[in-house]
Amino acid sequence: MTHPSGSGAILEAHGLHKHFGALHVLKGVDLVVAERELVFIIGPSGSGKSTLLRCLNRLEDPSSGTVVVDGIDMLDRRTDINHARQRIGMVFQAFNLYPHMTALGNVTLALRKVAGKGRAEAEAIGRAALARVGLADRAEHTPGQLSGGQQQRVAIARAIALEPRVMLFDEPTSALDPELVGSVLEVMRALRESGMTMVVVSHEMGFARAAADRVVFIDHGLIVEQGKPAQVLGNPEHERTRAFIRQVARH
Amino acid sequence: MGGAPPLSWHRFAEVFLNTAVMAKYLPDIVSGFFLTVGLAVLVVIAGIAAGLALALLRSLAIRPLTWLIVFVVDLFRALPPLVVIVLIYFGLPSAGLSPGAFGATWASLSLVLMAFAEEIFWAGITAVPKGQWEAARSTGLSFRQALGWVVLPQAIRLTVPPLTNRTIAITKGTALGSVVGLAEILSQAQSAVSFSFNPSPLLLGAGAYLVLFLPVVVLGRWIETRFAWKR
Repeated sequence: MTHPSGSGAILEAHGLHKHFGALHVLKGVDLVVAERELVFIIGPSGSGKSTLLRCLNRLEDPSSGTVVVDGIDMLDRRTDINHARQRIGMVFQAFNLYPHMTALGNVTLALRKVAGKGRAEAEAIGRAALARVGLADRAEHTPGQLSGGQQQRVAIARAIALEPRVMLFDEPTSALDPELVGSVLEVMRALRESGMTMVVVSHEMGFARAAADRVVFIDHGLIVEQGKPAQVLGNPEHERTRAFIRQVARH
Repeated sequence: MGGAPPLSWHRFAEVFLNTAVMAKYLPDIVSGFFLTVGLAVLVVIAGIAAGLALALLRSLAIRPLTWLIVFVVDLFRALPPLVVIVLIYFGLPSAGLSPGAFGATWASLSLVLMAFAEEIFWAGITAVPKGQWEAARSTGLSFRQALGWVVLPQAIRLTVPPLTNRTIAITKGTALGSVVGLAEILSQAQSAVSFSFNPSPLLLGAGAYLVLFLPVVVLGRWIETRFAWKR
């Protein structure tokens, strides 16, 4: 079991609880992610994996627990959360591109408004980010003119343009037609090879086997087991993990 | 029985299209026209600006403030504009304020337009998917930046067609100012009728309304097609 110790950790979450009214979604989750590590989170729908991800950049406020990213206490009231969020990129299932802007406009908005770059510098960085996801020639297209796979790659470019220390992926390929999944996974693999630290919630088990350092199985708001992909996916210890993997394999 | 004059085009024209009467009262109608234009412009500016301001305040989700906004908006959506005009014109002087006919009409129509505009803007803001907020905030944009750069441009695009319609409908209410003696088009036409004992100025007044509002209606139709949302 690879369990990175504190020194090389870029992201540390401890004792995370999240209540939505009477619903107890996270029941004390610890997640420590080392620099350059790719952690793959799997679990049944409603298990709390998306909520966990959204607690890491405080799109959801955890009910209790701690989250430290790159040495910044994300839950401290004195933390400038807007500044801290530049260090944590996020990619969503529904892409969430801004439909009234071009691809380049999507990528440069935060560069200009949050990172404070001038237009020329922001556009240079934005074009470089679009080139990294293979869409240099789509800079002037609006989201409506792009395929789902291209939209998701623009969304990845929007996040990496801010040079985050960690990238969070919330089911990045679930909304895509099967033939478009590959192009997004390819970009994610290249990102991983460039040394990006990544936390990925997904059902793409093939990608997990090929690219993940660690697979974490979550059920009912708790981490059931975690370890190397071959171990968790190939020879899980717990019956619940086995049942889940059998079910996913059937689809 | 032969006393009643036979209906004829000549007689109709003499009564309703009396050029001599029209020429005499044309300057009055023109002055009413410009007053109506000025009033309409001020109503549109104040009503839409105030409606947008209320919608933005409502987006802060501060409960007591939201309740107050919803109460005020529902109040002015429920009251007939004429009732608001009469209340302000005859009511405020007893509170020591004399808004005058122009002020009362302007304030009333602006409040009514504000109420409808707030509802329309608010509907537009809430129609923008939550994921747009989340994407913007996840890149570090503040609430205000996310609202201003991501949500509001999309919301306004959704609101332009209904807002255009509502604005035209309420701006036509400038004619209600005649009730409190505002010298706008209708009021000028009516007094011309009572001085000349001839209804031709009314036709002139109707023509003035057409000159004013027909281009606005056509513009509204163009805006509606122009802003039809395509994703």
